[in-house]
Amino acid sequence: MNSTTIDIIWLTIGAFGILIGFTVVGEVLRARQDSNTQNPVLETYMTRVQSWWGMVALIGFAMLTGKIGITVLFAFASFAALREFLTLTTKAQADHLSLALAFFVVLPLQYIFVAMEWAGLYAIFIPVYAFLLLPIVSALRGNATKFLIRVAETQWGLMIAVFCVSHVPALMNLDIAGYGDRAILLVTFLVMVVQLGDLLEYFFGRRIGRTKIAAGLSPKTWEGLACGVGSAMIIGGLLSWITPFGVQGAMVMAGVASLVGMFGNLVFAAIKRDRGVKDWSHLIPGQGGFVDQLDSVVFAAPIFYHLTKFFWAV
Amino acid sequence: MNIVRTLAARIVGNCIRLFARAITAVRADWQGIEPVPRQRVYYSNHTSNGDMPMIWSVLPPALRREVRPVAAADYWLKNKLRAFVGPEVFNCILIDRRPEVDDKPMDKILAALDEGSSLIIFPEGNRNMTDADLLPFKAGLYNMGLARPDVDLVPTWVANLNSIMPKGEIIPLPLICTVTFGAPVHVQEGESKDAFLTRAAKALSDLKPVVTS
Repeated sequence: MNSTTIDIIWLTIGAFGILIGFTVVGEVLRARQDSNTQNPVLETYMTRVQSWWGMVALIGFAMLTGKIGITVLFAFASFAALREFLTLTTKAQADHLSLALAFFVVLPLQYIFVAMEWAGLYAIFIPVYAFLLLPIVSALRGNATKFLIRVAETQWGLMIAVFCVSHVPALMNLDIAGYGDRAILLVTFLVMVVQLGDLLEYFFGRRIGRTKIAAGLSPKTWEGLACGVGSAMIIGGLLSWITPFGVQGAMVMAGVASLVGMFGNLVFAAIKRDRGVKDWSHLIPGQGGFVDQLDSVVFAAPIFYHLTKFFWAV
Repeated sequence: MNIVRTLAARIVGNCIRLFARAITAVRADWQGIEPVPRQRVYYSNHTSNGDMPMIWSVLPPALRREVRPVAAADYWLKNKLRAFVGPEVFNCILIDRRPEVDDKPMDKILAALDEGSSLIIFPEGNRNMTDADLLPFKAGLYNMGLARPDVDLVPTWVANLNSIMPKGEIIPLPLICTVTFGAPVHVQEGESKDAFLTRAAKALSDLKPVVTS
């Protein structure tokens, strides 16, 4: 067993430790309340904790299988996210072929490029090739009604659900001096700081939140956001031993990723509000869809990738 | 031979169900009824040949065993594969739609109800290719409700299938499909056919999920 594997095992055990804490708290609260009343907040919380158990187990297992496991896992996450996104976008029968190409050609190719480490190609494949070629396929069917809306929304879906999500496994391709095969730990670092930051943002927002950031969209508050980003920076600092960033660098990177992620969450709230839905789907019990769960990680991933590449990679 | 066919039908049925789940993440939304074994006629909108397999796939096993879709014989007997899947996997009641044949569809339907089966029917009679939510209902639903008043007539809305597999397309898109079950309707004392069919159609179209775009 090399040191990376041992670190992954420790991180998974650590995550399980946090979840055991959450589960115990929930069960204690459940035991303390009247047995024939049900507290909906508590039940939602427990369903969420259960889903987290599943997710931590899945990511931990994928990490141990290495690069291929993580790439395949995120390819499936992309598929689920794209499915949720394109279910809600404007489309006509004229787009049928271009949408089928998005699912069955663009998505697999993007992940093949990531797996092959062709950085030049996966950085431009969707923003250039899919962006230009898919509208041609739609235009050939000769339906102009809402054409710009249709192609723009499809492209947005591909950028978010495929391009952005694929930058999580792409982190493993970064060639950082003295870091070697440990780049897989950057995936853990990103997912952990962003998700824990979100969780604490929610917690502090409920406790001390006063000033709404965008009242029409989301209950997020500036106070919650500040505490969430601050917590993410502290967690980032504590996890700096798995990164090449150093303690201060890890804190800054965690703060940036968490901040971008929280605003990304706001963007997704605006889209959901516009389409009149509460959740993207019902795939994960208690948390809605894949996009609901991963929106902040998705938003943060490409920026985290490029900052790491710019400042640390060779 | 029979055991082999029954087993094959089970396996094919499970494959269809898994395929539907994997591709469209099809999900049941039990708004007006509980998923409990009770004799029901699920009446649904019809935009695609995938509608019936979708409803069938989201029913829990105990309900799925008791349900018989009412379907067109000309479609399901077209080739050997369909003739196996329709009658043996889905346990369809096949209706001959040719105008020169009087197949007495209502007799077959009532016989199935009297055996205790539940049904899946498409009261529009044909696939809806228009922009309207529903085509006008045929009289069948009213006649069933009148003849067997104890059976629950359950409105069942299948959402998104017309963009998953529009007519004339070969590749299905993996979009999310939802099957919504509403509160049951019954023919009321002295209610006219037209009044009942209008009410039943409204109960169905009210289930359509609202997505603004």
